Amino acid sequence: MVSHSVTETESLGERLGGCLRAGDVLALTGDLGAGKTTLVRGIARGLGCPEPVSSPTFVLMHVYEGRLALYHFDAWRLSGPEDLLGIGAEEYLEGEGVAVVEWSERAEGILPPQRLEIRLESLEAPEERRICLRGLGLRGVELLEGLG
Amino acid sequence: MSHDRVEPYSPRLILGLESSCDETSVAVLEEGRICRVNLVSSQVALHEKYGGVVPEVACRAHMEVLNPLLQEALDQAGTRLADLDAVAVTHGPGLVGAVLLGVAAAKTLAGLLEIPLIGVNHLEGHLYSTFLEHSDVELPLVCLLVSGGHTQIVEMTTPGAYRVLGSTRDDAAGEAFDKVAKALGLGYPGGPRVEEAARRGDPSRLHLPRPMLEAGCEFSFSGLKTAVLVHLQSPDRVSVDDLCASFQEAVVDVLVTKTLRAARECRARTVAVAGGVAANSALRHRMEEACRKAGIPLRSPSMGLCTDNAAMIARAGWELARLGLRSPLTLDARPNLPLSSRI
Repeated sequence: MVSHSVTETESLGERLGGCLRAGDVLALTGDLGAGKTTLVRGIARGLGCPEPVSSPTFVLMHVYEGRLALYHFDAWRLSGPEDLLGIGAEEYLEGEGVAVVEWSERAEGILPPQRLEIRLESLEAPEERRICLRGLGLRGVELLEGLG
Repeated sequence: MSHDRVEPYSPRLILGLESSCDETSVAVLEEGRICRVNLVSSQVALHEKYGGVVPEVACRAHMEVLNPLLQEALDQAGTRLADLDAVAVTHGPGLVGAVLLGVAAAKTLAGLLEIPLIGVNHLEGHLYSTFLEHSDVELPLVCLLVSGGHTQIVEMTTPGAYRVLGSTRDDAAGEAFDKVAKALGLGYPGGPRVEEAARRGDPSRLHLPRPMLEAGCEFSFSGLKTAVLVHLQSPDRVSVDDLCASFQEAVVDVLVTKTLRAARECRARTVAVAGGVAANSALRHRMEEACRKAGIPLRSPSMGLCTDNAAMIARAGWELARLGLRSPLTLDARPNLPLSSRI
């Protein structure tokens, strides 16, 4: 699908956030500035997290409390999945909340097989983004269908 | 509860522990002013002591480095554990596992030595870093706290009374530097690399957006980062040096304009810039100029105290002690801890 604005990307996230349940894992890929954090902001809203979402690049992970906890990871600074294990990520994946991993290509190997993969790409117009979703495993497909 | 109210006290020797993100740091502070020692893991050659290289990002790294670093700090300070009068520790915000480790160590020491434990907010530490070197900091202070993980403007009216005037809605300023550097192939950490290239470039070559320049003290750097990336795709792209100079100019413009506006509105008697990005010489230079024009003294910490360190945590702990605050041994790590007033 194509999002034409930041607002549209956020509302897609919000809709997605509304479908999520404990243990869900979302794997985000896309270049710098593709809108990954924007999408997560929408997801947080959909999960009813009142705190503003900012980029977790530096501290690697933010936790937001909502209807479900949102574990927001960012693997940009990491050299590979072992670094994510080094910060204890496995305790949060498929845990009591929802895990969203930005730059998930750097976390491959530690992500659970059931997940929703989301790829964001910049298009010609400044705010236009192509958003590709792929459901892996039963739960991944379920989420995809839930979004209609 | 992270703090109990007690009679104000003034610990002579405070041990400071900081492990909120990449750096592990241990400091010993005397009478709240004299920094006996302030060791930061990345700056100390401890490798041979425990064998192996420090992985940059891992809680395990903090765990491996903390004990030897503590021992080294006590040695260099010429003191023993038994001489300590209090332990101050960062209990948030930061990376949960890393913060936990520091808190666990601090609780163990405080319990064992039967001395007060003082939980400190990492950002509160940065706020007090300027007091370690300057004895003439008059309040209210308006501090721009700018690093890889944070960008905010905070007002301190009296010790313990803070007001966050605004923070970033998305990326921190230091993060924008890192990401732009990466996109330009300049490497990590991006701040110094971009600064170096910017020195050779022309800042007026490309006009980049000044995000939310008029909107109070809130920041947003994600759009500026994207504007740089979009420009990289355009056919008439400017040189890397010019692009770095134009980008840095845009960031500095926003930081200086907002800090000065806040300082005027708060009738600040001192301005400070703390955090890793305070090492950027363009920012330092422009902030000096702006403060001079506004007639407000600028009292920023020196480079070594701008980046994450435990001396600032010890100093903040000393201030909290004098306000009559100490933490129970049930103190929790709080990865999302917001900066809020103590009084």
